[in-house]
Amino acid sequence: MEEIVSDKKIDIKGLKCPYTFVKSKLAIEGMEKGQVLEILLDYKEASNSIPKSMEAHGHKVLKVENINDTDWVLLIKKEKD
Amino acid sequence: MDFTEDQIMRYSRHIILPEVGGKGQEKIAKAKVFMIGAGGLGCPVGYYLTAAGVGTLAMIDNDDVELSNLQRQIAHSTNTIGMPKVESAQATFGALNPDVNIVPLKFRLSKDNILDLIADYDIVIDGSDNFPTRYLVNDACVIAKKPLVSGAILRFEGHVTTVLPGDGHCYRCLFEEMPPPGLVPSCQEAGVLGVLPGIIGGLQAMETLKLILGKGDVLKETLLIYDALKTTFRKVKVRKNPECPVCGDNPSIKELQDYEANYCSS
Repeated sequence: MEEIVSDKKIDIKGLKCPYTFVKSKLAIEGMEKGQVLEILLDYKEASNSIPKSMEAHGHKVLKVENINDTDWVLLIKKEKD
Repeated sequence: MDFTEDQIMRYSRHIILPEVGGKGQEKIAKAKVFMIGAGGLGCPVGYYLTAAGVGTLAMIDNDDVELSNLQRQIAHSTNTIGMPKVESAQATFGALNPDVNIVPLKFRLSKDNILDLIADYDIVIDGSDNFPTRYLVNDACVIAKKPLVSGAILRFEGHVTTVLPGDGHCYRCLFEEMPPPGLVPSCQEAGVLGVLPGIIGGLQAMETLKLILGKGDVLKETLLIYDALKTTFRKVKVRKNPECPVCGDNPSIKELQDYEANYCSS
């Protein structure tokens, strides 16, 4: 499988909802269409809610991965300004 | 614009909205609004716009806080009786959100100062309680091409309409001339249920934010009438009048008049 390279990474470990999404949204707003945002988080609920909210905003969720006991990595492609 | 961590927290419920986001919040933070009156309508309008984080909020009112105001004018308090309303409101709004630049103006609005006063502002909000001021503000906004969010209340009924000069009706398309003195009673004579200005002021604040964000439909060419006793909202279509004396094709009003004198002599 082809490795996806992200254009921007944010670490929002320690944050809870809704700030997990607020931070992710502000990050993606500052990017160009077609670019990929990588989000590292440790709030389980957000691993579910951020992808849903990003899709509702018109972006594409490329990956949701539980990388260890506590952390998740999300890859979101910006598809809408 | 880079938000501080505190601002991200404060405005998080705005930022989450697809229609607002960081970009919309930035527009709100750059907006300059000019409010006529710091009374029944001005208090809730200013309160919510301050909470929303507008950049600059100017308010003009020449009155002092009285005990009889406190049944509805929620920015004032028992402790500020006797204080200028604009200072009382400034203290309340400043405590709510120190991000907002609040400009208190304690003097009377007139035909000689209004155009200079509103020149640097993006949107004008009318929360005045008398017809000469209402017509002065309308004519000035048409002449200066400033969007105007107008509200009015009496007893159990409230009106809201949004004037976009050059793109829709104005207040004179709706009511061409002031009613003769004495025909329409004032709040002082007729009373007003205290929650009513909260509802109408809330609608004015919402109209203002939508204008700032450029989202949704505002009350352009529309008069919204709220009847609190029946709990009904009615929208009445208002056409732009091509023969309107101020915004029509051949306007007779090209400069501001002496509204107060016209009112008393008519």
